[in-house]
Amino acid sequence: MTMAATTVDSGKPHLLEAERLSKYYGNVVALKDISVHVNAGEVTCLLGDNGAGKSSFIKILSGVHQPDEGQVLVDGEAVHFTSPRDARACGIATVYQDLAMVPLMSIWRNFFLGAEPRKGIRPLRWFDAPTAKDVVRRELHEMGIDIRDPDQSVGTLSGGERQSVAIARAVYFGARVLILDEPTSALGVKQAGVVLKYILQARDRGVAVIFITHNPHHAYPVGDRFVILNRGQSLGSFEKAEIDRQELVRLMAGGRELAELEHELEAIKAEVG
Amino acid sequence: MGGLRSSTQRPEASMAETAAQPQRGDERLIRVGFLPRLLTRPDIGAFLGAVAVFFAFGYFARAVNWLGDPAIASGWTDQAAQYGIVAVPVALLMIGGEFDLSAGVMIGSSGLLLGYLTTYQDLNIWPAMGLVLLFALAIGFVNGLTVVKTKLPSFIVTLATFFILQGVNAAGTLKLTGTTAIQNVDSASGFESARRFFSGDLTRWDFKVKVLWWIGLTLFGALLLAKSRFGNWIYSAGGDPVAARNVGVPVVRTKIALFMMTSSVAALMGIIETFELRSMQAKEGVGLEFLFIICAVVGGCLLTGGYGSVIGTFFGAAMLGMVQLGIVDAQWDSNWTYAFQGGILFAAVMLNTVVRSRAQRVR
Repeated sequence: MTMAATTVDSGKPHLLEAERLSKYYGNVVALKDISVHVNAGEVTCLLGDNGAGKSSFIKILSGVHQPDEGQVLVDGEAVHFTSPRDARACGIATVYQDLAMVPLMSIWRNFFLGAEPRKGIRPLRWFDAPTAKDVVRRELHEMGIDIRDPDQSVGTLSGGERQSVAIARAVYFGARVLILDEPTSALGVKQAGVVLKYILQARDRGVAVIFITHNPHHAYPVGDRFVILNRGQSLGSFEKAEIDRQELVRLMAGGRELAELEHELEAIKAEVG
Repeated sequence: MGGLRSSTQRPEASMAETAAQPQRGDERLIRVGFLPRLLTRPDIGAFLGAVAVFFAFGYFARAVNWLGDPAIASGWTDQAAQYGIVAVPVALLMIGGEFDLSAGVMIGSSGLLLGYLTTYQDLNIWPAMGLVLLFALAIGFVNGLTVVKTKLPSFIVTLATFFILQGVNAAGTLKLTGTTAIQNVDSASGFESARRFFSGDLTRWDFKVKVLWWIGLTLFGALLLAKSRFGNWIYSAGGDPVAARNVGVPVVRTKIALFMMTSSVAALMGIIETFELRSMQAKEGVGLEFLFIICAVVGGCLLTGGYGSVIGTFFGAAMLGMVQLGIVDAQWDSNWTYAFQGGILFAAVMLNTVVRSRAQRVR
């Protein structure tokens, strides 16, 4: 990704850039001067513990909230999203934790929900189910997602599989920027690994990914750039070359606190053992 | 129709798919066997139930050749159509996550309005029917708009509509006629020519045109649900309205349209009954709203929305029609009908619970 960095340096604007965003809720500072950028084919990880301001940040980028200060730029031009629909029109797709999928409906029905392909002559047009199923099978296969049958209901999928289908759906519907809200937090180790793989798949297809997580071990292997949030403030933005995994973990956990925690855990271990 | 077709084809189809895609997780498909898979269909319970009830009365009502006599069949299909026609939109509405308790009383309201327009305003029956339909669409629109705007449970909103209409029907009829019914609707111009479309006999065994309406609406509803974009919206509006809205489904419009469908089909039923009876009682239709809901639940519709079948609802209506007439033909006390209907509902709800947990189970 060094190449992308040089082109940016030569003046080409970032695909998505948040410039010194601030957000206040009454007298609570949710975000203060947060700057993040991402380019096509890159993964920018936004790390932070609970209450760090991750949700506020996502909501601004996806058009749910408006920033009190700062601005969002797409291809170098300032944009003002007043609704999630505006953000989607700019190619920014957000995959929320609740996934916007209906558990009782089949995978193919969910995949095309709200954007059903239709066939036939007006006004008699029907939902083109064979095409929908084919597309789902092909898209999921291309993402390397192993589902058994597009007819099975989403409720029968595991959490990781659901995330994967949601990512595939966003990519298929032309997302240029994919914002993933804690996609791995509720998952087991193996499932999380699967989702991380799909994040890389989306990246390799030229999508810019903003990956929000509190887990540095999930972020480090896939990220090209890391922005660490703490209590609404940025602790810095690092290219992958500038930071190693230990440093990332240390920053995330607030360094000293983690050392204390380790010490406590050792003590507990000693007691139990 | 999609429901019925895939209930027989789906096992083969999935086998064909597995054969075509050898890299797929075949070992996991094997765990979902033929029978459990069939049992996850929402309409299978109603189908098996209808077959069982049919043969049960074949035994209990053997005195009247229940199984073979077309005249007997015309009797219970007439009764089933009485429930099944309005049960189609009620099922769709329930899949869309809402109830309409005013669907029964709407039959009376529409019939009375038709009677009033033709006998007291001397309107031809055809434009009168058009006005009745407009009236019903307006009631459905008000129901739907109130539910989506106030976010109150549709159970409460339509219960209010139910009582308001019931009062208007009774008081209005009494004020107008001095009795509890509007009589002599058959004196209206165009009555006889229009009658054959709504309450004629089909064959010498007295099969009613109503049965065709029932079958036709069932096919329409099933196709709408399985094969149209609107069908996808219905499922999502009931399954998870917030998620549906997030991906761009017009949930509000979908729900209002479903309420309008329900009230207008109830009006169609009112028109059919007016042609049959040539008069309309003020309390007509009251109580039927629960039978429509029973048909839908027996047909596999979940009370919580998002899941169900129009084909199943068809078999639910058939079952209730058979019970109604079968009890008479078996020469039992017809007061048992309610107990039977309740028993069927109870069994269906238990079955649905099992089916849903199967459909929801993680592998």
